[in-house]
Amino acid sequence: MEGPEQVRARLEETGYLVDDGLAVACFLALGLHRPLFCEGDAGVGKTALASALAEALDAPLIRLQCHEAIDASQALYDWDFPRQLLHLRAAEATGVTDADQLEGELYDRRFLIARPLLRALETRPSVLLVDEIDRADDEFEAFLLELLSEFAVTIPELGTLRAEVPPVVVLTSNRTREVHDALKRRCLYHWFDHPSFGRELAIVRRRLPRVSARLAEQVTGLVQALREEDLVKPPGVAETIDWAEALDALGAEEVDAELAVATLGSVLKYREDTERARGLDLAAVLAAHGA
Amino acid sequence: MRAVDSVTGRGADAVLLGFARALRAGGLDASAERVHAFLRAVAVLRPGVRGDVYWAGRSTLCGSREDLERYDEVFTAYFADAGGDAPEGPTPKAAIPPRPRLVVRDTPGTTAPENERHTTPTGALASSAEVLRHRDIAELDAAERTRLHQLLAAFALPGPTRRTPRRRPARRGEADPRRTVRDLLRHGGEPAPLRHRARAERPRRVVLLVDVSGSMTPCADALLRFAHASARTTRTEVFTLATRLTRVTRELAQRDPDLAMAAVAAAVPDWSGGTRLGELLRVFLDRWGQRGTARGAVVVLLSDGWERGDPELLGAQMRRLHRLAHRVIWANPRKARPGYAPLAAGMAAALPSVDAFVEGHSPAALERLAAVVRGADDA
Repeated sequence: MEGPEQVRARLEETGYLVDDGLAVACFLALGLHRPLFCEGDAGVGKTALASALAEALDAPLIRLQCHEAIDASQALYDWDFPRQLLHLRAAEATGVTDADQLEGELYDRRFLIARPLLRALETRPSVLLVDEIDRADDEFEAFLLELLSEFAVTIPELGTLRAEVPPVVVLTSNRTREVHDALKRRCLYHWFDHPSFGRELAIVRRRLPRVSARLAEQVTGLVQALREEDLVKPPGVAETIDWAEALDALGAEEVDAELAVATLGSVLKYREDTERARGLDLAAVLAAHGA
Repeated sequence: MRAVDSVTGRGADAVLLGFARALRAGGLDASAERVHAFLRAVAVLRPGVRGDVYWAGRSTLCGSREDLERYDEVFTAYFADAGGDAPEGPTPKAAIPPRPRLVVRDTPGTTAPENERHTTPTGALASSAEVLRHRDIAELDAAERTRLHQLLAAFALPGPTRRTPRRRPARRGEADPRRTVRDLLRHGGEPAPLRHRARAERPRRVVLLVDVSGSMTPCADALLRFAHASARTTRTEVFTLATRLTRVTRELAQRDPDLAMAAVAAAVPDWSGGTRLGELLRVFLDRWGQRGTARGAVVVLLSDGWERGDPELLGAQMRRLHRLAHRVIWANPRKARPGYAPLAAGMAAALPSVDAFVEGHSPAALERLAAVVRGADDA
């Protein structure tokens, strides 16, 4: 792609709206082959960016969900032991006795199970999403750092596998802990803020074309107002879309304060937050976006 | 978009390098690797477009949300000087003081003679240490404090262990098909003894919230040294509370206690300010605790519970903390004073959500605290 504007246009075709900063960051990630490190509150579109990029580049999305106990055999590769054993038995039965030949066969590429990271190196082009890297532990972070700087892995039995074209890598973090600086230095950094009213409305309209314009506007206005409040968990764009969808499923063309309170469960996930929202003058917010 | 003459003109790289230098002066980690990426990024973008330079730098030179504000400020100042208008990025709201850089300060400990610093605890020292162990930290003189620092340096604060989902090879436990079959293959398919694996144990995270407000001044230094000793060995996070919440884990990572104390002193902007415990606790929970730092952790508050704000807020936040954490321990240096009762409104509001309420006034009390953190019986 030639410039940030083109990246933006391609992403918008897939229904993912980006601002200037993210367009530049995505363009640089593609052009410089650097991983894109996305940080921000939950539900602001970090993971969705990876799917949008995959769709825009017409490349498969390979997703690695991190968790505390993740290790190389779940993330990179593993040998298919049962098949190796079967092969060994079969070889014995047919009377193959050449030990060297047998060993060569046993550690053949076809017995290797490629996990997401190896799959991403071997698939060209591909988009690799390393989701919630902050949930993995330090050891895995160090391992990932090595892989992302070389885009190559060494398998003792097979040798080094190198990606001819490095995959587009998107890492996301919800900041449950600070990711190590060494890893961040290898990446482009982008912080996802909550979108402005106009932008969020455009996203809702884009994602839910069936929902009435008035409902989309009211819901966006309500969520923007809720975010101003001092909530335990401010709602993200994902919640805005959920709420609009829920109201649409109820057959609503527009929303009043009573209906909004009844469906608050789609946006607010803490009892304290719900209590607080009940005490607010939602009707006034609706009136501001009603006209 | 407007063009930036200074960037299109000759010496464009020099201008960008100067910008990186300005960022470093402002406290950002604009290391050589990042600057290299920045130059490459600018090279592939539209040359001389201010917005592109802004966003390229923001992606390559920043590493956290806290960096962004500083970046905006330096960008505005630097490129305004270089002859341009305001950048097209968001303009910063107010002036931010540059992040203090780590500097070695002259602290009392560093001036101690070499031979005295490396003395091993001999008999005489041990007996004076024994006396010192039970003294109130707030009432020590300078010489006793130096001794105290040696005592505190020996502390460790391991949390109780918890089982992780990660499995490790073990003598007993469930069968480990991976290792068993690997053994089998090694022996050419001959049956081999079963290998086992079991879930590993890990120490829980310990989070120390140290109150360094005015009312805690006499013992804040000692408590931070205690925090330094405990943060060195285990996965411990340390925050200071006064008028603002400051994370000092990174500053305390230095091995030398005096250097670490100097780094903390430089990093904490509100030393000896007033306390708004409830509000700070909320900031801690919003930014760190709820996201994971406090989850399943042992959280230790080192504070006298002297709350200037609304005690009801403190009570609510303590309940929130208690739901997230494995255990909440409150160490109060005033608890040992004769006639103490938790009457301070903040302390009274917090106590229902505290699992263990201990003293924190002397080395012996801190030892006791370490035992409580480890999971020994409550006081």
